[in-house]
Amino acid sequence: MGDRFVSRGFVGRRPDSGGDTASRIPPGQYLTDDFPVLSAGPTPRIPLDTWEFTIDGLVSQPVRWSWAEFQALPAREWTVDISCVTKWTKLDTRWRGVSIDDLLAAADLDPRAQFLVAHSYGGYTTNLPLGEALNGQAFVAYEYGGAPLEPAHGGPARLVVPHLYLWKSAKWVRGLHLVERDEPGFWESLGYHNRGDPWREERYSGD
Amino acid sequence: MPPEPLVWQIATVSAIRGETERASSFTLSLPAWRPHRAGQHYDVRLTAADGYQAQRSYSIASPPAHTGVVDLTIERIPDGEVSPYFHDVLEVGDLVEVRGPIGGYFVWEPALGGPLLLVAGGSGVVPLMAMIRQRAAAGDTTPTTLLYSARDVDDLIYRDELDALAGDGLRVLPTLTRAHPPGWTGYARRVDEPMLAEVLAALGPDPLVYACGPTLLVETVAAGLVNLGVPPDRVRTERFGPSN
Amino acid sequence: MFDESTLDANAVAGELEVLFAVEMTAVVGKCAHCGNEAAVGTLRAYVNAPGVVLRCSICGEVVIAWAWTPTGGRVDRSGASWLGQPSGAAPSAAAPSEA
Ligand SMILES: Cc1cc2nc3c(=O)[nH]c(=O)nc-3n(C[C@H](O)[C@H](O)[C@H](O)COP(=O)(O)OP(=O)(O)OC[C@H]3O[C@@H](n4cnc5c(N)ncnc54)[C@H](O)[C@@H]3O)c2cc1C
Ligand SMILES: [Zn+2]
Repeated sequence: MGDRFVSRGFVGRRPDSGGDTASRIPPGQYLTDDFPVLSAGPTPRIPLDTWEFTIDGLVSQPVRWSWAEFQALPAREWTVDISCVTKWTKLDTRWRGVSIDDLLAAADLDPRAQFLVAHSYGGYTTNLPLGEALNGQAFVAYEYGGAPLEPAHGGPARLVVPHLYLWKSAKWVRGLHLVERDEPGFWESLGYHNRGDPWREERYSGD
Repeated sequence: MPPEPLVWQIATVSAIRGETERASSFTLSLPAWRPHRAGQHYDVRLTAADGYQAQRSYSIASPPAHTGVVDLTIERIPDGEVSPYFHDVLEVGDLVEVRGPIGGYFVWEPALGGPLLLVAGGSGVVPLMAMIRQRAAAGDTTPTTLLYSARDVDDLIYRDELDALAGDGLRVLPTLTRAHPPGWTGYARRVDEPMLAEVLAALGPDPLVYACGPTLLVETVAAGLVNLGVPPDRVRTERFGPSN
Repeated sequence: MFDESTLDANAVAGELEVLFAVEMTAVVGKCAHCGNEAAVGTLRAYVNAPGVVLRCSICGEVVIAWAWTPTGGRVDRSGASWLGQPSGAAPSAAAPSEA
């Protein structure tokens, strides 16, 4: 294609590449202090008295929690770094929520269950092997930075899978569906990587 | 004839003209110029030395009759990534990567008729100005009203040219949302449904509407027009995005 | 139904033209969710995302979505029953010009 065109004097609005935190920034990512809002659709507003969270699919008994019941589940704090495939990374984000381990423990998993599909208010889906979600690797958060999670960032509750690109951390999550065979979610179907590990730069299918 | 593929090309900035304190027009000379339709836009792509890119759309301000060049009128958004580059960095002779002309829905030409209601907020006037310029260049007399919302008189882009073009069936109705000069007799508030009703009543039945500018303004106009009984398929919108 | 983050499909008309090799915003489509028939230009665009999502202006469901990968674009248009010329189309503002 020949030499790439460069716009004279254009730097772009990119924060720094990390300084002494550089070792915490995955390849190809830039550090940001903002919390950019990405979304495939309008922000759903879900009243807490109708909000619910379900676990179904390959379980012996589907589970359903109301907001009050969900708040009563064992919760803890997480401080994690998050990376979006659109190239920003944010360090030390502080969340409160319930681990996937604790949620799945409430449902009696069928041994055939290997994958989960997280599904959201608004219709978004994303897929994860169980092995990427268990052992404290993922959680459903309802507080961010000590305050209730804002709708723009996925509130009332969102999935957070900090070790994978952020499209796996489904905003407005309303349930987990357990399956035997992997089913690509919304962006995975459109060519994004099925796993999405930022440290391996697994951005696109085939990376 | 198969359409030519839409490809990026390197344009040269051949002139820069201040329009208002915050908006300037940039004339781009294009190696592969193609005729455009009023209302279409170009995509602009900036590339940093390390490959980082930012891309935005800018409407064509010039009428199709200007061959070889297009004028883009760009408002400087203080915290913006791309618009300040045009205002603060670009000089005549610089190169910019663009592709276009783009779009086939938000376009008008005299054959589409009217009566025409054009509603603009801020730089949303740009594609509508291309329509007004084309209407004038073609000697077309379609009854046309431009309802144009801006902060104050000095923020009205193309003010002198609009004054000069008014008449021959063209009414220009600015509405000033922040400040207005003493003795101002025009509208002095944000566009709302009663304002749209007044403007429509004066324009005549079955109008064709183009509304362009910040998303909230376009939303207000689109909803207001539906309430006023304008069929949705007579209303074309171009949202520029949120403004803060 | 829509919020301030929404644009019109026209904002991504360039990407659509590259994906489909023709100007698409004047093409008419039928929403597979609610049956609404309207120009692609009436769809609402969500662009602050890993790809682009176009939603029906009537029911809000996804009609067309795509993402770019280093090897090209991939489009899901399963939310459209069809894309093309409307049945018994009268010439309208959506008709391509002869220019
Ligand atoms: C089809 C189309 C045609 C367009 N034509 C034109 C045109 O002819 N002239 C023109 O000037 N712009 C036009 N725009 C808008 C343009 O594409 C950019 O969105 C705009 O220049 C801001 O880009 P930026 O990189 O400077 O700011 P960004 O870095 O994208 O934004 C910075 C911040 O400013 C806010 N912001 C963005 N736009 C505005 C605004 N208008 N007022 C206040 N705050 C804002 C954003 O929400 C964001 O928070 C058009 C947009 C579309 C979709
Ligand atoms: Zn629909």
